[in-house]
Amino acid sequence: MKLLSLALVILVGGLFIAATADFPHWGDPASPASRHVSPRYIEKTMEETSVPNIVTAVLADYRGYDTMFETAVVFTAGVACFLLLRRRDPRPEPKRVYRHVATGVIVEMKQEPAKEPSPSVFARIDDDWVPHDLIIMNVCRLLIPFIQLFGLYVIAHGHHSPGGGFQGGVILGASIILLALSWDLRTAMNRMAETATGLMSAVGVFIYAGVGALCLAMGANFLDYSSLGPLMFVDPIHARSLGIFFVELGVGLAVMATMVLIYKNLASEGHLDQGL
Amino acid sequence: MDMTQYIPVLLTKYNYWVYITLMMIGLWAMIAKNNLIKKIIGMSIFQTAIILFYVSIGAKYGATIPILSHGHGGAHEAAVRAVDYINPLPHVLMLTAIVVSVATLGVALALSIRIHRRYRTLEEDEILSQLREQ
Amino acid sequence: MIWQIDLAVLILVVICAVGALAVKDLVSAAILFGAYSFLMCILWAVMGAVDVAFTEASVGAGVSTVFFLAAVFRTSRRSKD
Repeated sequence: MKLLSLALVILVGGLFIAATADFPHWGDPASPASRHVSPRYIEKTMEETSVPNIVTAVLADYRGYDTMFETAVVFTAGVACFLLLRRRDPRPEPKRVYRHVATGVIVEMKQEPAKEPSPSVFARIDDDWVPHDLIIMNVCRLLIPFIQLFGLYVIAHGHHSPGGGFQGGVILGASIILLALSWDLRTAMNRMAETATGLMSAVGVFIYAGVGALCLAMGANFLDYSSLGPLMFVDPIHARSLGIFFVELGVGLAVMATMVLIYKNLASEGHLDQGL
Repeated sequence: MDMTQYIPVLLTKYNYWVYITLMMIGLWAMIAKNNLIKKIIGMSIFQTAIILFYVSIGAKYGATIPILSHGHGGAHEAAVRAVDYINPLPHVLMLTAIVVSVATLGVALALSIRIHRRYRTLEEDEILSQLREQ
Repeated sequence: MIWQIDLAVLILVVICAVGALAVKDLVSAAILFGAYSFLMCILWAVMGAVDVAFTEASVGAGVSTVFFLAAVFRTSRRSKD
């Protein structure tokens, strides 16, 4: 099987390499890819949308319909992961392991307690626990607000620097995943509940489609941001720039919630009580 | 056969050949490897190699990154020449491709966790033998 | 597009890809895959695709590696080939 597939792969690779004889030289400014639509995008972006980052302008304004469905794909992947893995029945034979906060001693309870011990005296930890590490927990707790601030900056500054909705959304999601990794999944679940995560990812797609529908309500085409000018008292060019910003907000929200949802379902195998 | 005529071809096109090698490594891993996680890694290698190929199409010698340099500085009258900036269109398409690839990766890993839960193994030949016994 | 950086990083990328597929420990494969993602990000940054490199750095070398490690943690860690 391996030899047969190796022969097949070498054959296909040889066909591709034979096809490279027709390719333009690498880095040629007059190659066919750079001659038809992209010069118009490069030359007209500033005067039509006043956004210097050409990639953001093309992604969210000229090709905005595409990006809307890509956000829908990200949301669908989150929903698919949730549907595949989530189970509400508790684990068979759950062990209850606690750490005494004052002394650091690990205790395990054999039976169900009549009353759950208070979390400030006995903290609940995972079954396969690691020793309590002060440095990692405190450094990550200090870093996470700054990571989130940076994520918000990347979303908002996507007009002038590399960045935009996706990158900022992934950074925001990664900050919650860092909380779940350095503390434990229960802390991350307390900070960002499952219902809120699911709702946020849907609201992100809804914001994107809502901006497009608002443009429809103002009488222009779907996702034609220049018609939003009278609503915000700016001229149509700056209305396009602001429309791109709102749309990127929606994208960032959806991507953040989906990354957190997929991680929580993967790390805890659907039970959402303990994990990596 | 005069081999020296192939030297310029090799020197100018070796980039494309490395990209095709990466694609074929990913494709071989998806077909030939037994472990499901290795197959998923092969799928990811294939996807990033394709993205590399597309991004390399947009490169231009002597051009700068596709962010307009004079921005809002009141220099709207200065003409923007398309030859000065790298082609941004492949970048836009590949941004979509990267995000879709990570979404697909999440779903693929969720599927592999479900398969492990059902068959207690992740090796393809063991799963097939368990399927045949049923 | 300095061709020395290009060539060195391309060779390292191929080595990382082959290595990620050849090791038998799946955690090592996930970490090598993270290194491969990071080297791809460098390649794209050298070619001038800064947005794509930013996205790959955050998505590939960050979130994607964590997803792999979470899945390997929940299933088995050894692989037969």
